[in-house]
Amino acid sequence: MARTIWDSTVGKKTVMAVSGLIMLLYLVVHMIGNLKIFFGAGEFNHYAHWLRTVGEPFMHEEWTLWIVRVVLVVAVVAHGVSAYQLSRRDIRARPSKYVHKKPRASYATRTMRWGGVILALFIVWHLLDLTTGTVHSGGFETGKPYQNVVDTFSTWYGNVIYIVAMLAVGLHVRHGFWSAAQTLGVGSRARDRALKTTANALALLLTAGFLAVPVAVMTGVVS
Amino acid sequence: MKLTLRVWRQKNADADGAMSTYEVDGISPDMSFLEMLDTLNEELILKGEDPVAFDHDCREGICGACSLVINGDAHGPERTTTCQLHMRSFEDGDTIDVEPWRASAFPVVKDLVVDRSAFDRIVQAGGYITAPTGSAPEAHATPVPKPDADLAFEHAECIGCGACVAACPNGAAMLFTSAKVNHLNVLPQGAPERETRVLDMVAQMDEEGFGGCTLAGECATACPKGIPLTSITGMNKEWLRATRKAAKR
Repeated sequence: MARTIWDSTVGKKTVMAVSGLIMLLYLVVHMIGNLKIFFGAGEFNHYAHWLRTVGEPFMHEEWTLWIVRVVLVVAVVAHGVSAYQLSRRDIRARPSKYVHKKPRASYATRTMRWGGVILALFIVWHLLDLTTGTVHSGGFETGKPYQNVVDTFSTWYGNVIYIVAMLAVGLHVRHGFWSAAQTLGVGSRARDRALKTTANALALLLTAGFLAVPVAVMTGVVS
Repeated sequence: MKLTLRVWRQKNADADGAMSTYEVDGISPDMSFLEMLDTLNEELILKGEDPVAFDHDCREGICGACSLVINGDAHGPERTTTCQLHMRSFEDGDTIDVEPWRASAFPVVKDLVVDRSAFDRIVQAGGYITAPTGSAPEAHATPVPKPDADLAFEHAECIGCGACVAACPNGAAMLFTSAKVNHLNVLPQGAPERETRVLDMVAQMDEEGFGGCTLAGECATACPKGIPLTSITGMNKEWLRATRKAAKR
């Protein structure tokens, strides 16, 4: 069964849909968690610490966190590899372009590939910046995420990278969520409007929710 | 009407092609696009030049032989086949670009003619019902619910012209294949081969070198028979169901 799925274009799209939905679910949780920054350093840092102790005493410290990390890495790799292989195939299937070109499909649809590449690069920077602190601008302090976040959004490039990536997330989710529904065979004529509305709402909420943090730091609401 | 045509000319499958410019005069707005090309070819033959090769057959919009990407649209600006497109859809003095279907699974044979036998092989992989034929059965012998009959008919309208592949940015044949799969899978006559049909046809579609679906929706917009994009959703559902069933066996 795994072979059938991986060898087929329809199967690889299924892999993309499922891994995409896992990442989408994570993004929603992540965005809601981020908003705790508006309740002050105490609550935000406490929340960040709690993420390491979820499931205790059944789970040892950080076990839950590591399970989430492993699931996410698998999802990102599966999504990226399928996208790469499918894109290679798509480009081979249409080697010569039409002489008479017309603007086609929506902006969100046309930017899925490059948007995905931007997001992959962003994830690398984001982890090096706020998880490991390798490329962090200020003095990175483990266990002080509030201050780390404020440091990042106090630099112009931190804001630019983040804002571009969050706009890319919105566009990606807009086409991706609806497409996943079609790939998994749950779309229908009756549900189409509801699915498109949900996709747009998710895209808008995620982008607005994530952008609220850098905007708050820039305007001095969070400092 | 006086028109400037820029037509893709290509000697054979191996030669490089290019756009050639021709002027045609005395075109009636009531002519079909193919009749306008016939007029051009008559002039070319009289001048001793090679006429433009293009596919056509019934000229009634039901056979799926005609193709042509006109000004970047498969079958031109109206939602119909090229043979049913009339010159009144254009303005006097227009410049019109005429190109063949472009997809690596549809190699150019000559000028505007492409080889669409990949579609035949997809149908050969499962787009039929293996049952003894003979005279038509009693109409009441196998009752079909009205919504199923309507759905099957909607998909049966596909004439296999290939406009979906031509319009798709990935050169994918998902809309064609899904029309064939849904047409037969929804009917009781197609039920015994429901799983093998979708698995085999999708496998053949991939084998032919068509691209994958990114749900851009260009195929359904170009389809002269109005096969909806939800047809692809339906095939994905059938494929996943068949894969699950095959795994259980």
